[in-house]
Amino acid sequence: MTAPVTPALLYLDNVSVSFDGFRALNALSLAIDHAEMRAIIGPNGAGKTTMMDVITGKTRPNEGIALFEGSHDLTALDEAAIAELGIGRKFQTPTVFEMHSVEDNLLLALKEKRSPFATLLSRRTAQERERVDALLERVRLTSSRHRKAGELSHGQKQWLEIGMLLAQQPKLLLIDEPAAGMTDQETADTADLLRDIARTQSVVVVEHDMTFVRDLGVKVTCLHEGSVLAEGSLDAVSANERVVEVYLGR
Amino acid sequence: MTNQPLLDRQSIVVLALLAAVAILVPALNILAAPGSVLHVSDHLVPLFGKYICFALLALSVDLIWGFCGILSLGHGAFFALGGYAMGMYLMRQIGPRGVYSDPVLPDFMVFLNWKELPWFWHGFDWLPLAALMVLLVPGALAFIFGWFAFRSRVTGVYLSIITQAMTFALMLAFFRNDMGFGGNNGLTDFKDILGFPLQAASTRIGLFVLSVAALAGGYLLCRWVVSSKFGKVLVAVRDAESRTRFLGYRVEHYKLAVFTLSAMLAGVAGALYVPQVGIINPSEFAPANSIEVVIWVAVGGRGTLAGAILGALVVNAGKTWFTGVLPEFWLFALGGLFVFVTLLMPRGILGAAKDIWERSGRRLRPARVPEATAQAAE
Ligand SMILES: Nc1ncnc2c1ncn2[C@@H]1O[C@H](COP(=O)(O)OP(=O)(O)O)[C@@H](O)[C@H]1O
Ligand SMILES: [Mg+2]
Repeated sequence: MTAPVTPALLYLDNVSVSFDGFRALNALSLAIDHAEMRAIIGPNGAGKTTMMDVITGKTRPNEGIALFEGSHDLTALDEAAIAELGIGRKFQTPTVFEMHSVEDNLLLALKEKRSPFATLLSRRTAQERERVDALLERVRLTSSRHRKAGELSHGQKQWLEIGMLLAQQPKLLLIDEPAAGMTDQETADTADLLRDIARTQSVVVVEHDMTFVRDLGVKVTCLHEGSVLAEGSLDAVSANERVVEVYLGR
Repeated sequence: MTNQPLLDRQSIVVLALLAAVAILVPALNILAAPGSVLHVSDHLVPLFGKYICFALLALSVDLIWGFCGILSLGHGAFFALGGYAMGMYLMRQIGPRGVYSDPVLPDFMVFLNWKELPWFWHGFDWLPLAALMVLLVPGALAFIFGWFAFRSRVTGVYLSIITQAMTFALMLAFFRNDMGFGGNNGLTDFKDILGFPLQAASTRIGLFVLSVAALAGGYLLCRWVVSSKFGKVLVAVRDAESRTRFLGYRVEHYKLAVFTLSAMLAGVAGALYVPQVGIINPSEFAPANSIEVVIWVAVGGRGTLAGAILGALVVNAGKTWFTGVLPEFWLFALGGLFVFVTLLMPRGILGAAKDIWERSGRRLRPARVPEATAQAAE
């Protein structure tokens, strides 16, 4: 590994992605620090999910730089390798293993050896059990541990998926629209949970819900048509003329 | 903890039934008086043996389709390759007893005017090597095929189509005389295996019991795989492939591992099938055969292992009966059965039976409270 070119944990520079000529990301640049939480806002189709696809190796950018910890080139790695580096991702629609129990969902996500051979011979240890117990407690699913994940409510699935991210012990969590479909109380609880996570890990949250973003109380980046429109505190960003234009102009 | 035991209640039932079959069929063949209703006549023993081999083939398909979502429509190819490896051993056992009395060359080679044994036939007169090939040839083909297919992330219907293409291509290849596998006649006229005459009732019983043992062993192996953490990853891939990738699992490695293992099981099934039916020819590669296997699994109940065995036995017994009574209509009946099961019993016979069992159980006992019992158990 060469010496880090940036102190940021995640560093995107001039990233562009086009789908059949349509530019979903247009010279996007963004830097996330260690243990920083960042909220990403922006109208539908602004490129928020596509940005996460680039960071996690699902989509290869046409141009630009994506570095993790200053030295890992994310554009050259596949999803599994990027996950191994310490980037976890929650999908826009909650995606859990519906046929597995809540507990097994977490167990599969625990940071352990991932090769077929290792999983074939693995035996559950007391230590794994403790970690699962702690995670269940943290995402408030202890009483549902034996239920099939498919039977959970929408909000519970969102939390289970966040629990799975935590089980991976990632350095960076990418969280796409966690509050979608949640009640007000659940939304507030989710903001609490994310703030708690952000004390030790970096978190990037994409969200439409402005109350939620205000609850988070962190630096906000507004995307529009694939590039950064404004960046700063929520108040500063919402006062930005161009941001107002984009949101009202819809 | 939801650590699945290797032997749950269902597996114990399956193994007990297989043990009963392994004892009863030979016993009723030898001990029951011919003519009594209990007697299993000599020609039924290899017929039942054939069903057992089909059940092992169905098991191999359920392992990948039921648990990992890989719908192979080409598993007949691995079955046939295992069968050919065994057939080559049996051909070499004929020795000078062939029509042309050549001490080394099988009849079809003499007929084609070949002067010496092709290199790939060498060593097949030795059963351990042939047995190794029964595993290695299907395994290697599956590995190479899977390497390319899974790495390029070919999934769903596209994968199914290329598995069909694979078995079809192999069928055309094996039809050719110059391939060295007997062309469209295939390999047949076998005499004995390890010195035991294949026509003898005792040999047939031996092969039958061996097939049941192989099925039980295959079942245990599959249970071990699916109840491990590896098996949980397979189900995760089946239900949410990209989620599994973003958790850091190399999905293609898992698919490749289970696909190769499954092909080897199919190869074993084919190898046990050939001495019992007495012939292997390129029609075993026919694409329709592979589709039929998938129907057995769907009928029995996908993703249950036991259902695959049940489906293979039920459909094949039905086929034997049907082709005796109304031979022209068998394919319509099979198609109809498939449509019926897909529409009305999406979880197959086993799933439907479980539903009925649970519904009747609920009526008898007070409703269970899974949450509370789970808490109490901790
Ligand atoms: N795989 C794809 N193929 C074509 N267009 C896509 C693809 N993924 C996203 N897009 C387009 O890129 C734009 C940005 O999408 P997305 O990143 O999902 O926006 P957001 O998450 O901000 O709502 C949208 O116009 C969307 O239609
Ligand atoms: Mg989105």
